[in-house]
Amino acid sequence: MLKVSNLNVYYGVIHALKGISFNVPEGKIITLIGSNGAGKSSTLKAIAGLVNTKGSIKFLGGEIAGSKAHLVSKKGIAKVPEGRKVFANLTVLENLRMGGFNRDRNTLEKGYNEVFNIFPVLKERAKQLAGTLSGGEQQMLALGRAMMSEPALLMLDEPSLGLAPKIVSEVFDIIKELNRKGMTILLVEQNAAQALKISDYGYVLENGKITLEDKASNLIVNEQVRKSYLGEM
Amino acid sequence: MNFSEVIQQLVNGISLGSLYGLVAIGYTMVYGVLRLINFAHGDIMMVGTYMAFFGVSAFLLPWWASFIFAMVLAALLGVVIDKVAYKPLRSASRISSLITAIGVSFLLENLFLVLFGGVPKAFPIPKLFAGSLNIGGVILPFVSIFAPVLGIVFLLILLQLLHHTKYGMAMRALSLDIETTRIMGVNVDAVISLVFAIGSALAAAGGILWSLKYPSINPLMGILPGLKAFAAAVLGGIGDVTGAAIGGFIIGVSEILIVAIFPELAGYKDAFAFLLLILVLLFKPTGIMGKDLGGRF
Ligand SMILES: Nc1ncnc2c1ncn2[C@@H]1O[C@H](COP(=O)(O)OP(=O)(O)OP(=O)(O)O)[C@@H](O)[C@H]1O
Ligand SMILES: [Mg+2]
Repeated sequence: MLKVSNLNVYYGVIHALKGISFNVPEGKIITLIGSNGAGKSSTLKAIAGLVNTKGSIKFLGGEIAGSKAHLVSKKGIAKVPEGRKVFANLTVLENLRMGGFNRDRNTLEKGYNEVFNIFPVLKERAKQLAGTLSGGEQQMLALGRAMMSEPALLMLDEPSLGLAPKIVSEVFDIIKELNRKGMTILLVEQNAAQALKISDYGYVLENGKITLEDKASNLIVNEQVRKSYLGEM
Repeated sequence: MNFSEVIQQLVNGISLGSLYGLVAIGYTMVYGVLRLINFAHGDIMMVGTYMAFFGVSAFLLPWWASFIFAMVLAALLGVVIDKVAYKPLRSASRISSLITAIGVSFLLENLFLVLFGGVPKAFPIPKLFAGSLNIGGVILPFVSIFAPVLGIVFLLILLQLLHHTKYGMAMRALSLDIETTRIMGVNVDAVISLVFAIGSALAAAGGILWSLKYPSINPLMGILPGLKAFAAAVLGGIGDVTGAAIGGFIIGVSEILIVAIFPELAGYKDAFAFLLLILVLLFKPTGIMGKDLGGRF
């Protein structure tokens, strides 16, 4: 579904992504793990059309590298940004409306209901300003907002960041559930253990390069991964 | 001052305030989405006024048609200025855009000086606005009634757009976070153009009403009202549309009242707006309606 080849991202003189290649097959959960500054967010930003890139990004057979962000969104890629980034000055409902910005008006109601089914708390808070939600609720809103565009590919940038362990498990359960319903998922995480547990395949990103890739079940038991990313000595 | 004089001056103040308010809305909206103080905004008002002047005197359009013609051309000018001068600097430091804005301002002023000369032109006042109403000794010029009514109508339409349409919602989202608004599938460049178009059209409306009140136009006429409208936008809480309108009314009314009460201070009248601004900012640094975060509109 998504095929990234030899992708480069530069910020001025900083070479943040140094020619990475990976695949996200339809219906799978793929994870990129890596420590701070490895280039995880840059990878997702590059796909979303938020930064200038070199290299190829093929989505559903068409080249999207260099496309503007709003066109990438229209093609069916949604992103939950790092740090949630809900619109604090908009209500919960308006945030969801933003997520479904280009959606047919007639199916909006259906979209809200799908989100409210998964996150009942958002229904209770529909009229509340998003900035007043708790961190966990904001993450749910960010997820719900991304779902509103009915994306073919959902990208998540560290959805577990800053959340209590119980909420983290909930969030991963929901990601798994969305995937079971047919959504393809590209996940980026520092919380490697839980991310790999729900994933099909994983890539390890270090200093802008992919240093390792394998089935998620193999990565979890991989010596090097355990040492660097699963906090085991 | 007797009662009818007070009413008289209040009406004058409100009508002047609505002009400042109309111009202030453009400052505040552009600042809201781009964090840019568009110093050329007062000059866009001037260009809009000239367009109305040409509409009536050169193209012989009826006054209402040239009013609309001027607003449309000002909107286009605002959009073009953004595309040509500000858009290439979106990712540059803010001071670059600010200096560019000052440059655009000088460019428009001097271009119009070269093209049309510095001699003030008499703005043609339609018959409809020439008269005045006499209610129990209070003389209300038609313009002074028309200006605030039109200002408030425009404000209500704009608030409706901001809070009840999807592009208005996108403007509010944009004022908080451009990047996230983009990934929602919003064509941010188009929304920014829309903001410039609305702000510039309202500035033209303000300029035309200004010229109906003070019917002499020249290429530098946008500078002082522009600065006062900017003061009004900051006073009201920059980024907040209702705040800009309120700031405009406050500055207009206090300017007129102070001169009415202390006629000997009339020479300093242009300084009041800024004195008032300094005083308000001392006590409420974010302005009257301003918030530190969020709620930009
Ligand atoms: N806008 C920017 N300007 C300059 N350098 C940047 C910019 N954004 C990211 N970088 C640099 O690019 C590199 C990769 O950053 P990126 O945000 O992609 O890392 P990350 O893997 O997401 O890290 P984290 O886990 O901390 O979120 C870092 O060295 C970072 O400093
Ligand atoms: Mg990151």
